[in-house]
Amino acid sequence: MDFLRPARWEEALAAKAEHPTAVPIAGGTDVMVEINFDHRRPEYLLDLNRIGELSEWEVGQENVRLGACVPYSHIMEHLRAELPGLALASHTVASPQIRNRGGVGGNLGTASPAGDAHPALLAAGAEVEAESVRGTRMIPIDAFYTGVKRNALAPDELIRAVHIKKADGPQQYSKVGTRNAMVIAVCAFGLALHPETRTVRTGIGSAAPTPVRAKEAEEFLNAALEEGGFWDSRTIITPSIAKQFADLAAGACNPIDDVRGTASYRRHAVGIMARRTLGWTWESYRGNGRSTEGAA
Amino acid sequence: MGVTGNPTSINQGTRTKGGIGESTLRPDGILKVTGEFAYSSDMWHEDMLWGHTLRSTVAHAEIVSIDTSEALATSGVYAVLTYDDLPTSVKNYGLEIQDTPVLAHGKVRHHGEPVALVAADHPETARRAAAKIKIDYRELPVITDEASATAPDAILVHEGRGDHHAGHVPHPNIVHRQPIVRGDADAAAARADVIVSGEYVFGMQDQAFLGPESGLAVPAEDGGVDLYVATQWLHSDLRQIAPVLGLPEDKVRMTLSGVGGAFGGREDLSMQIHACLLALRTGKPVKIVYNRFESFFGHVHRHPAKLWYEHGATRDGKLTHMKCRIVLDGGAYASASPAVVGNASSLSVGPYVIDDVDIEAIALYTNNPPCGAMRGFGAVQACFAYEAQMDKLAAELSMDPVEFRQLNAMEQGTLLPTGQVVDSPAPVAELLRRVKARPLPPERQWEVAGEPADVRALPGGLSNTTHGEGVVRGIGYAVGLKNVGFSEGFDDYSTARVRMEVIGGEPVATVHTAMAEVGQGGVTVHAQIARTELGVAQVTIRPADTQVGSAGSTSASRQTYVTGGAVKHSCEAVREKVLEMGRRKFGTYHPAWATAELLLEGGKVVTDGGEVLADLVDVLEDEAVDIELEWRHRPTEAFDLRTGQGNGHVQYSFAAHRAVVEVDTELGLVKVIELACAQDVGKALNPLSVEGQIQGGTTQGLGVAVMEEILVDPKTAKVRNPSFTDYLIPTILDTPTIPVDVLELADDHAPYGLRGIGEAPTLSSTPAVLAAIRNATGLELNRTPVRPEHITGT
Amino acid sequence: MRVNFTVNGRRYEADDVWEGESLLYVLRERMGLPGSKNACEQGECGSCTVRLDGVPVCSCLVAAGQVEGREVVTVEGLADFAARRSQAHPGRGHLPHAERSGGGCASGACGTALDKARQWEAEPAGEETRDTGELSPIQQAFIDAGAVQCGFCTPGLLVAADELLERNPEPSDADIREALSGNLCRCTGYEKILDAVRLAAARAEETV
Repeated sequence: MDFLRPARWEEALAAKAEHPTAVPIAGGTDVMVEINFDHRRPEYLLDLNRIGELSEWEVGQENVRLGACVPYSHIMEHLRAELPGLALASHTVASPQIRNRGGVGGNLGTASPAGDAHPALLAAGAEVEAESVRGTRMIPIDAFYTGVKRNALAPDELIRAVHIKKADGPQQYSKVGTRNAMVIAVCAFGLALHPETRTVRTGIGSAAPTPVRAKEAEEFLNAALEEGGFWDSRTIITPSIAKQFADLAAGACNPIDDVRGTASYRRHAVGIMARRTLGWTWESYRGNGRSTEGAA
Repeated sequence: MGVTGNPTSINQGTRTKGGIGESTLRPDGILKVTGEFAYSSDMWHEDMLWGHTLRSTVAHAEIVSIDTSEALATSGVYAVLTYDDLPTSVKNYGLEIQDTPVLAHGKVRHHGEPVALVAADHPETARRAAAKIKIDYRELPVITDEASATAPDAILVHEGRGDHHAGHVPHPNIVHRQPIVRGDADAAAARADVIVSGEYVFGMQDQAFLGPESGLAVPAEDGGVDLYVATQWLHSDLRQIAPVLGLPEDKVRMTLSGVGGAFGGREDLSMQIHACLLALRTGKPVKIVYNRFESFFGHVHRHPAKLWYEHGATRDGKLTHMKCRIVLDGGAYASASPAVVGNASSLSVGPYVIDDVDIEAIALYTNNPPCGAMRGFGAVQACFAYEAQMDKLAAELSMDPVEFRQLNAMEQGTLLPTGQVVDSPAPVAELLRRVKARPLPPERQWEVAGEPADVRALPGGLSNTTHGEGVVRGIGYAVGLKNVGFSEGFDDYSTARVRMEVIGGEPVATVHTAMAEVGQGGVTVHAQIARTELGVAQVTIRPADTQVGSAGSTSASRQTYVTGGAVKHSCEAVREKVLEMGRRKFGTYHPAWATAELLLEGGKVVTDGGEVLADLVDVLEDEAVDIELEWRHRPTEAFDLRTGQGNGHVQYSFAAHRAVVEVDTELGLVKVIELACAQDVGKALNPLSVEGQIQGGTTQGLGVAVMEEILVDPKTAKVRNPSFTDYLIPTILDTPTIPVDVLELADDHAPYGLRGIGEAPTLSSTPAVLAAIRNATGLELNRTPVRPEHITGT
Repeated sequence: MRVNFTVNGRRYEADDVWEGESLLYVLRERMGLPGSKNACEQGECGSCTVRLDGVPVCSCLVAAGQVEGREVVTVEGLADFAARRSQAHPGRGHLPHAERSGGGCASGACGTALDKARQWEAEPAGEETRDTGELSPIQQAFIDAGAVQCGFCTPGLLVAADELLERNPEPSDADIREALSGNLCRCTGYEKILDAVRLAAARAEETV
């Protein structure tokens, strides 16, 4: 095994071009587990910790450009207003120690369906800034996840940053685990209201081979909200709309039975979370946030 | 802490500071908070090698061939050992039945069984070499439950059994069977106005101690070996290790290293023999440290169980009879299964008066992971089932569940199904009264005025699953019955060596035992006993090793009773000797030397009236008094193999819990809000430690109620979740406040009137939480742990 | 490979480090600092928690090569670390303190020698554990509150709890629970650990 320690981003790209099998390591919270448990022996480890810019973020007009290695604890603390869904998701990640090390770049690189950031990214809308010595490309988040623990990166590419749409409305995130802290998702659900475009976006975690959006549910809800004039009236969404949205969200799942939960429970739980997160965000949009928002 | 009762009078040394009854602090505390306490995984030796264990990847298979040549040829590898390298004809070990191969021979019987060993200069070298060992398995069908174990054509997990249980079991795949029959359950059932029955399932729990198995073996010049290891019983290890190595016991010198928790999981051997074999083969010190994955295969677990119970009661709420059948899955090797069967059957009645019973408990041999000792030891599984039955009966009778239990509660003088009389206080009804009388915790604690809901106070916690939606509160009660000490005629003794001398102008006592300090605080208590008995301030506790006689196991809630008893006994002998010396030297100066009852207090010899006769420094001068003695509790008897009759237990321990839970009924997530416990401890030698034991035991019971289970694939008998990612134990956010109410009703048969305390809280915690979840959801929930899908029905 | 970094204020150099080794392994097996514990090696227990450039992390998940040039504080250096902090911010009350040695050796393999297995023989038992003056406030509070049983989780909990109190001198119970939710304890049921953190916070309050 070789340990590559590039000091600058260009050096990292050059190293990745020279050694496409090199495994990038940032927070180490996935890679080191695999090494400690003898599940993986990469030829090269490519340490990204020394590249300071990866731990920085910029808040622009439309987007937040989030460096690949910005730890979850910083997202929770500093980006709550701009990225409320991702901040909530970050708060559910493992433990304080892990949140101090892990970041969204690692979640995307691993592309586990259980990664906590994915549903929030899908719901907010995001693009992954992937770069190689050949150049930079922006991969829409909807096209990023290609299979179980597979993503759209080319072997010589590294994730430099994620460009996430700044929230223009309330966002929520829920995750079911069988413990009240430090738990991997049995399933998760992210929801973002986008009043500017009068759309709702969603993301489902750990209930399909990849993170997915509940597209049918979104389309149904977008139409129902439009038809009922809800965006303008800001009235309570009728229970039947919420129920159908929840059912469609559950229907968007393609889960499996595993040690963490059954397929049918996952479908059921995604439906419940869809209904609840819709309720919380909508109440917040109506201006009654306090009583329904969660915090810790 | 509420204290009531009638403690046994203690007429020695009560005026010496730091004696029994005070919350003195741990003697190992500073080392533990500075990181300097040497746990078994911290041991280091110059020129040390790392041992690694290659384990079976399948549960049941013949080993067709093993090829170690490539591994041996790896640079940095010093030895590769298989069954063929074992040095003597003794190739098996075991606590009671020697059925466990040191390394697999011809066959593997469970997933993760040790097959080969490697010693190398770096753990990674050892791992890579082990990966080069080629094993050809021919897989066999797996036996995973009672039906497959006792089928007419079942493969025998162990052929040609010759152990002492083989003759009386109905099938060779049953390790042990213990029926208990008393009265006439069928006739009594005819008198019952209501009868309830149920089938209950208890999942496989892991001890999940935080310090994985580890140790260091150092070859000695005399051909022997020094072994530094974390265990629960040094001498039991020694008895199993020495014959395999072909060494006399005095050439296997064992020292207890720091133990990172145990809870039963270190009663059986793990890496002990392996490290010694590698050290003796290579002539170099060998360290073995399991990682968490391997630890799940490195020790036995709590027996998963299926329990069938029937109870009857009259309309006025008196229990008429009980029938039960308890099937424990012992897995591939016997470990402590026979004793667990004895406990499960003899304690299956719970803390209730029932005259007519028909009880059967068995443990199976299967190809599942071996199961053995874990805190609560057979009584835990039974308590889960009989407490569910009590709630069902109370509901049938429209009675309050606590009042129903109190109406049938055992008390001092009650005759147990084994024919044994409970001959010390049994305040079952009082314990229930106390937990019930507590004020309930406030409702809706997640609501903070003007603020968003605090998800940390809600089911799901930080995962933000509810802000109050679907949340229903439930309350449940349970009480349990546990034995203390080793039962069924076992010669349960301990040994203590106590020395008293003057060091630096001060009288100092030194206590030396082989008691395994696993975190429970035995070392704290030994110092307290020495202060109380010998009236000295300074007590040194020597590390536990095999240079002193056996202390027995740190299990069965027995160490404060038995080794504490031994320390007290040896201290008394030292005191007598010191007083004799005093009489010799100073007897002529004061008549009280001959006439009064004399005590040692505050470094002096005093009369019971408080008059000082001499300084200990002057009595001892440069002489040391040094005495090593064994001490035993009252003998017990074996249970009759047909009727289960016999005075099998020495003492009983009782705890009651009230659980308050909040359940997100839509998502099936549970938050335990409060888990109050009341327990009778006889005499709290160290109240702070007593509370810590009760809170810790309670939390382990909570874990198996809502999350902890080793999942075994029924088709392959392979473990599916051997990691802390998927075997979950409670975090601080899963653990509620645990108020503790301690009773001190002395057991006059025990030292200071004390009662073993470690296990009882683990019994009643689980059924109390289950009862509370049932109360919140209205569901039957006959299985533990409860998973979210059991509550949502999806 | 070779790795240079600072542990508890001292420069260390480790040679022949296998690239797959964790910071935890290097601390324990190469630097003679086994205080950080190896309970799960997958970031699910917190027993190996150290401060890396001030931030609490699981040292089992930090690759050794990643700490090149960085600063690590382990439980062995916690008392010293707290004392320096106390001197830098005298407003925050702390118990008196005496310098502790860093422990271990500069490089090469050296862990806990066998005599350490016997070292607490020399420690007389009892009340003298109070007010030793050599412990950080949180260490003292853990002893006093009975928060230590087997002690395997203790080093990680101390590092995490010390950082909590540095950040938030008056934490609510919920704050304590959240901050320590990455540290498993199997012995205590956490009640005495909560007591210990409350005690340390209260003592700091008194001395301000």
